[in-house]
Order: sequence, then structure tokens, then C-alpha cells
Amino acid sequence: MASTTGTLPETDLFESFLEAEKAKDLLRLSTAGSVDDGKSTLIGRLLYDSRGIYEDQLEAVTKASVGRNVGAIDFSLLTDGLRAEREQGITIDVAYRYFATPKRKFIIADTPGHEQYTRNMVTGASTAELAIVLVDARKGMLPQSRRHAYISSLLGLPHLVVAVNKMDLVDYDQSVFETIVQDFRQFLGDAKIQSYFVPISALVGDNVVTPSSNMPWFDGPNLLEYLESVPVGSRTRRAPFRFPVQRVVRPDQHFRGYAGTVASGEIQPGDPVIVLPSGRRTTVQAITTFDGDLSRAEASEAVTLSLADEIDIIRGDVIVGVDEPPQQSHAIEATLVWLNASPAQLGARYRIKSATRQSTCTLNHIEYRININTLAHESARSLEMNEIAVVHVDSARPLVFDPYESNRTTGSFILIDPATNATVAAGLMRRSYDEGRSGRTAQFEWQLNNGALVLSLRNSNFGFTATTDEESSANSGPVAIEDIEAADALEHLLRRLRISLPNRSESEEGDYTI
Amino acid sequence: MLYSIGKDSSVLLRLAQKAFYPGPIPFPLLHIDTGYKFSEMIEFRDRYTAELGVKLIVHKNQAALDEGANPFAWGTQRCCGALKTTSLLDGLRAGGFDAAIGGARRDEERSRAKERVFSFRDKRGQWDPRNQRPELWNVFNTQVHQGESLRIFPLSNWTEMDVWQYIHAENIPIVPLYFAKPRPMLVRGESLLPIEQPIPRLPGEEPKLVMCRMRSLGCSPCTGAIYSEADTLPKIIEELVGMRRSERQNRVIDHDQDGSMEIKKQEGYF
Repeated sequence: MASTTGTLPETDLFESFLEAEKAKDLLRLSTAGSVDDGKSTLIGRLLYDSRGIYEDQLEAVTKASVGRNVGAIDFSLLTDGLRAEREQGITIDVAYRYFATPKRKFIIADTPGHEQYTRNMVTGASTAELAIVLVDARKGMLPQSRRHAYISSLLGLPHLVVAVNKMDLVDYDQSVFETIVQDFRQFLGDAKIQSYFVPISALVGDNVVTPSSNMPWFDGPNLLEYLESVPVGSRTRRAPFRFPVQRVVRPDQHFRGYAGTVASGEIQPGDPVIVLPSGRRTTVQAITTFDGDLSRAEASEAVTLSLADEIDIIRGDVIVGVDEPPQQSHAIEATLVWLNASPAQLGARYRIKSATRQSTCTLNHIEYRININTLAHESARSLEMNEIAVVHVDSARPLVFDPYESNRTTGSFILIDPATNATVAAGLMRRSYDEGRSGRTAQFEWQLNNGALVLSLRNSNFGFTATTDEESSANSGPVAIEDIEAADALEHLLRRLRISLPNRSESEEGDYTI
Repeated sequence: MLYSIGKDSSVLLRLAQKAFYPGPIPFPLLHIDTGYKFSEMIEFRDRYTAELGVKLIVHKNQAALDEGANPFAWGTQRCCGALKTTSLLDGLRAGGFDAAIGGARRDEERSRAKERVFSFRDKRGQWDPRNQRPELWNVFNTQVHQGESLRIFPLSNWTEMDVWQYIHAENIPIVPLYFAKPRPMLVRGESLLPIEQPIPRLPGEEPKLVMCRMRSLGCSPCTGAIYSEADTLPKIIEELVGMRRSERQNRVIDHDQDGSMEIKKQEGYF
């Protein structure tokens, strides 16, 4: 696609052109916005102003615009690829868009802001390093804006851009912008995601790829300048070595290698490694590729490793460095985003796929559901589409993993319904809960209240009330139960009975209050 | 692996060599031959696949050709339906394939922008764009039931520029039709129509020798050439830098109705 404007390069100019092209890095970003926030218009604007749109594509949408009630070029028609979308004026599915500037290549995952299509937003964010959340200046921060920001943060994106759009419709008023900035900052709190705020008008073009003369009060980089300058990709190179085995390569008796893509870190021949889950130690003998053996391979490179010792290795095993080994367990605590119209069932069996390993698993416990609007933890018996929860899954085969926040490749998984083969959930590894158990103490609160003992699990709405004598000197306080089996049993009982303390219940949880 | 002989197929083939090296490519190539391909394409196909030692399967809808299928008599929609879509589905069924790897890219056409890397097809080989499996990270759902299948598009996130730069960097052989040279063409308005296959001519219309090349390759009656002096890879890339029309602009079949690629894809078209 057109990436640089100007005259035709001469032969040596061509070489330097190729060098410059090679040096360009790639930023993957996702965009999300509510209906009518002007997201498609913004993307159309980015593509058009960076010459990522061809004339015939433009002519095609100018032709198609006639049928709709829009005056000038309707940029949204460029991005809404399906006929149903163009007819209804909405975006249905994630669409991927490509453009490049002289500094960088970009892939945009354009995700619908429609409430029922939240799963697409998670999909778009899963491969992105930056999210643009669009806010209509007239409407301010809506529940959907919060949801987009939260999902971006949950999925581990390092960067968030809040683009306050339609500034032309609020007379480019600085105070409107500042209010939205403050609302967002308050909502984001101490989230790790780095955020940038920019006031724009996608329709007019203010602060998208050119500075705006309408907002002299804003002196930050415009949207494209910011997108061109955020750092990308360094995290996975610095992380410990992880190599999920994709395929055993054995063309004849003389060669045995393991093909895959380096998920993180780097490796050299002679480096000691551990093969998991077997735990066998060996060293890397050679890094083989079609283009010859390498002296070094790093994150994102696809290579074939051969090892010094003959070890039984199959697809799904993970070759790792000896320092900072990953976790390994059948029992995993994870954050789950439910993606399917039929709800999650406790006790149901699913296929789990993480990196290259596939196994079957059981969803055996929902620790709590996260209310995406308030971020409050709620109790739940099942999960509906678009709901997010922290759960326990038990895998038939042990899984080798890292927490999602430290490694996106070895920390992510999907669940597949074995009956329909649908991808029903996206999972983010947290920890092995077997391991977590041994070092954990359960925290409860107790209170004496008119002859009643009120015992509740800390930071939760669960608890129960029992009668007692009033002779006790203290009448409230915390209590830590260190006998983990007893604490687990008590916690389990409280959740199982779904006893919720009425005076602690803040939200719409009436369905399980006894 | 679906092999169309075009530049994207050439890239895909190189990636397959690399992926399985030092082993051989473990699957056969399937070419859906409509009977209307350029002879230079067929020569290239036979020579290059033999050189690489890969197994090649050629499938043709001979019944439709015998009935006289051609874009002028049948119209492009019906012709494509019979010679490409039906033929592809038959070819996959005949081979018992439950997965087919193809070189389609999301930047080619707007309905392809919504395509998954692992794209599910039902028992009739059809695509349901409104009910696709969510695809997260690089964790792909490869499960299908008996009779269902997957189309897999490893080049999903490549752009046309990426493809040409890769061909240049890797020195990948491509069909000579991509390089400019004087070729006999019917000049009709802004279109250059190859006379490889007999096509109906306007009164008094005679082919002229025109310096031109193909930007994308399809069936000769439905693929126009572009005016070009680019007879080397660097010149093609230079040309692309200044290019203002999309690569599928010369493909008649993309423009026969609004959303035409989406409709063809739903029916099972590649």
C-alpha cells in the first residue's frame, strides 16, 4: 500500500528506500467507541490522510454514499466491509486495516462499540499494543468508554489513547475536554496502562494528522504523531526464554529438531534449557532455519531448535531457560472473558488451548464476577456472554504457563466447546491455585450486633449471621484463619450457600440473598 | 495448500518451505484451473512445482467447460460460480481435505478485512461472516467436525507492499506476466484487455502492442493489464509507491455488484 509519497527513487535511492522500509517497526492498535462516536470516520481519516486509501476504493464509497443521508465522503463506508453494516450504518465485526507512514507501519483492529459485540473488542485488543478509545465530547465518559478502557488494561496493553472526538460540536471548549480527562483519570486509578488524551474532530480533521488551529490551548502531539512515537515490542525480548514446541521436525534419522516461534526472550547454541512438563535438562545444539543456522534467535522469530540430548518431546511442550521457570499445574486460576451466547456452566468440560498445547479441562469454580462498570467483585453461578470473571479450571494435562501480565503468549488460552467447536472463552492465566493455597490465609471480619455474630469474608459480600451471647468484651474486628483447609471450607460454604449480608450488598445482587 | 500461481501463492510456498525445513512440505498443492488462465501461468506452475518437488493436484470443472462456461456467455457471476467456487469445493471434497491454506490478504478487499486467519466453513463450504469464531492472540481454534473445514490465511496481515518487498528480499520466482513488456492488448477506454483468449471485439477494434504488465493474476478474459514500464522488481516497487489505484481494481469480478466479494466468499469462493 502507498507508504511514502514523492518522486520515483533512482537505483541507489531504491536501496536506501528499502533500508528505510526495513527499519520501520509495526504498531498494532485497536479502536473502540460507542455507536456514533465517529470511530469509522476517524479510521477513514487516518487512512485517507496517510494515503492508505486508493482512488478506486474512494470512488466506490462515493458511489455508495448516494444511497445514504450523508453529504461529503462517508469514511465509514470504507471500513464497514459487510453489506449489512453499510445498510444499517453500524460496525458488526472486527475489521483489520493497514496503513503506513514514513516512520512506522500500522495495523488497526477496528472493533464495534455495540454492547452485544464486546467480545470483538477483546479480540481486537488481544493482539494490540495500543488502544484508542473514542469519546463523544458532547456525551462524555459513557459506560462503554469505561468498559473499553478496562478491557484494554485487562488485556495488558501498554498504551491507551483517549481521543475526545467531535470537539467542533462543543465549540472547541477546553473545559469540556478537561472534564473528560479528569473523569478518565479517576476511573483508571492506578492501572498500569499509560494513557494519553487528545481533543480531535475526525470529521474536520483537527489534531488527527495535522495540528488544529481551532484549539490553540492544546499543545500536545496530534494523534498520528503520538501513534508514531510510542515505543513498541521491547517487553517480550527482555522476558525469560519461552519456546512452545509447534512441531517435531524429523525428515530422516540424522536430524531431529523442534519447530516453533520464540515467544519471549532469546537463545543461543550452548544455552542450557529445561523441557517442560518433563523437567528434563539439556542444552541447545543448533538453531536451524531455511536460510542457514543462526548464532542467536529472539522473540517472534520462527526457528527449529535441536538439542544435545535425545529427549521425548511432543507438540505442546515448552522449552524454557533455566532462570525464572514458568509455572506448571493442572489447577489454574484465571480471568475468563465469556464469548459465547450460551452461558458458562460450572462443572462443564471444555477443550483448553494455550500456546501450542491442547487439553481438556473442567470449569469448576467461579471465584467472582467483575462488574465491568463499577469493577466490583460479585458472586456468580454462571457466566453470560461478555461477562468477565476470575475462575478455577482443572486441566487433564498439566499446563506450562506464566501469568498473563508477564507473558501474553504463555499466559493466554482459549476454551472450546467440544460439542459445537465454538471458541467460547478467552482466558488470562493468573496463577496455579494449588500453589497459591499453601501460602494463603483467609481474611474474615466479625462483628457482634445485638446478640448476633456477623461473620463475613473480607472484600466480599459473603457472610452469615448467628446468635451468640453478649458477654464478649470486644464487639468487632478482623480474624485470619490460618488453617487453610478450615478457611477454604468456610469460604467455600459461604459462597456455596450464597449467603449475602443485606447491609453490605451494594448492587443488584438480590438473586442470592437469603 | 491452495496454489493460484500468483505472487501471493509464490510467497506462501516460500513460507511453507521455511516452516518445514529441513523437512519437505508435507501437503500437496491444489490448483483450481478454470481453463482461462494465461499459458505463461500454467508453464510457470508446472516448472516451478517440479523444481521444488512438491505434489501438485490440478482440479478443473470440466463439465461446466463442456457446457460452454465463459464470462461472456454466462456472465462473470455464473462463470466464477461454476469454474472457481464449485470447482474449489469439489476439488477439496475429492481430496478429502478438511483444511486449505490460501494466500488471501485482508488489505485486498473490504469483506476480506473481516476474515479470520483460521476461517471456518460449514458442511457446504460456506462462510458466515456474521457468526465467525472469535480469534484471540495467536491461539487458533482448529477444531472441525466431519465434513466441515477450515480455510487458513497466513498472509492475512501482509500488505501488497509487504509481498513485493519480500519477493525482492527473498528473490522468489514469479510469473513473467508481472513484469512489463510490449504485449498485444485491446485498448478499450482506460482498460487493457489481453487477447490470450478470444474475447468479443467492438467493431473495428484491433489489438495494439502496449508496454504493460499484470498487477494481479486471474483469468485472462477478466484480468486487465496496467500501463507500466516496470520490468524489474525495484521498478515494480517504485511504481507501487506512487500507485493510486488498488491492486484488485483490474478485477472485473470484484465490481459486478455491491458487496460482490462478500457474496462470492459466503458461497465458498476463495
